[in-house]
Amino acid sequence: MKKLESSLLNMVLVLTGVAVVMGGLLALVNHITEGPIADVNKQKLDMGIKNVMCVNELTASEPIEVKQNIDGKEAVFTIYEVKDAQGQDLGAAVESTTMGFGGDLKVLVGFNPEGKILGYTLLQHTETPGLGAKADQWFQKGQKGDIIGKDPKEPLVVSKDGGQVDAITASTITSRAFLKAVNQAYNAYKATPAE
Amino acid sequence: MNYINLIKNGIVKDNPTFVLMLGMCPTLATTTSAMNGMSMGLATMAVLICTNFVISCLKSITPDKVRIPVFIVVIAAFVTVLQLFIKAFLPDIDAALGLFIPLIVVNCIILGRAEAFAAKNSPIASLFDGIGIGLGFTIGLTLLGICREVLGSGSVFGFTLLPETYNILLFVLPPGAFIMLGFLIAIVNKLRS
Repeated sequence: MKKLESSLLNMVLVLTGVAVVMGGLLALVNHITEGPIADVNKQKLDMGIKNVMCVNELTASEPIEVKQNIDGKEAVFTIYEVKDAQGQDLGAAVESTTMGFGGDLKVLVGFNPEGKILGYTLLQHTETPGLGAKADQWFQKGQKGDIIGKDPKEPLVVSKDGGQVDAITASTITSRAFLKAVNQAYNAYKATPAE
Repeated sequence: MNYINLIKNGIVKDNPTFVLMLGMCPTLATTTSAMNGMSMGLATMAVLICTNFVISCLKSITPDKVRIPVFIVVIAAFVTVLQLFIKAFLPDIDAALGLFIPLIVVNCIILGRAEAFAAKNSPIASLFDGIGIGLGFTIGLTLLGICREVLGSGSVFGFTLLPETYNILLFVLPPGAFIMLGFLIAIVNKLRS
């Protein structure tokens, strides 16, 4: 088959045509997947909140945004106040982001009304697999760097810097970033205006 | 044209990882574990099959001077489609590979096959070439992923084989990718000759 000549008109027509058709395809696919993607994200967050609050039945409030000034920069924390099925206050789950070893480290931390840590989960991270990425297990209950049940009124610090929390082997930077995120989440939670 | 031969060529004679040495960036970056390597290979294969087919269908109406922009538009569209589907229906893979999926657009295997094969051959032949090259890439990435995971984390596809004390951390980190890839290429080329 002979190729179409590379005249200006042909080039413009073909390129426009291909772009329009592909654009249409993308719009269609976006329309199909929009719902499922929103569901997945919501489910992930719900699971995360249940996970860090250590309860199965709960109602989380609409996200509350708290702005704090940290190291001269404004940081935004998202707080979900959590109540159980009877409407009793269980505390809150706080989203907190710090700079990890490889990029943003986003942590969701659950606090009880007294401010003790109930649980945590990593929402997003780019730490080194096999090293810093271990943070999702390392600080859990019964693990080496257990922080569950601690009260970050005294900021949590790794043992290398004179604190009580054991850092992940060969990942002190990730550990510091993680504890900083937890401490900041605590401060943001304490700074939430009472209802 | 023998279609079975096309698939065999993609896996053995023109293996993109070990022979053509194309797409080295995702090869090195995503093979920290066997599962990640395989997912990346399969994702690339899906895009390659679609783009090869469509580009081959478009070849007679594509003026030569704008062929690369046309190819890239088609490739980018299919990568975005794939990314949306993975986000919606395979959230676990999205968590592991999220960052690397958009980069398939600039994966030279895809543009390379569009230019070298799909623009000259029939749509059906291009389809099979996509399957062959895609399988070759998947096999290469999975092999590299398995080797790095065994040596670096002592497991294969998440199943622990060796205790943690035998792990050589280097192989999970970027330098280990280069070292392992070098050894694999040497072994594969020895076997082929």
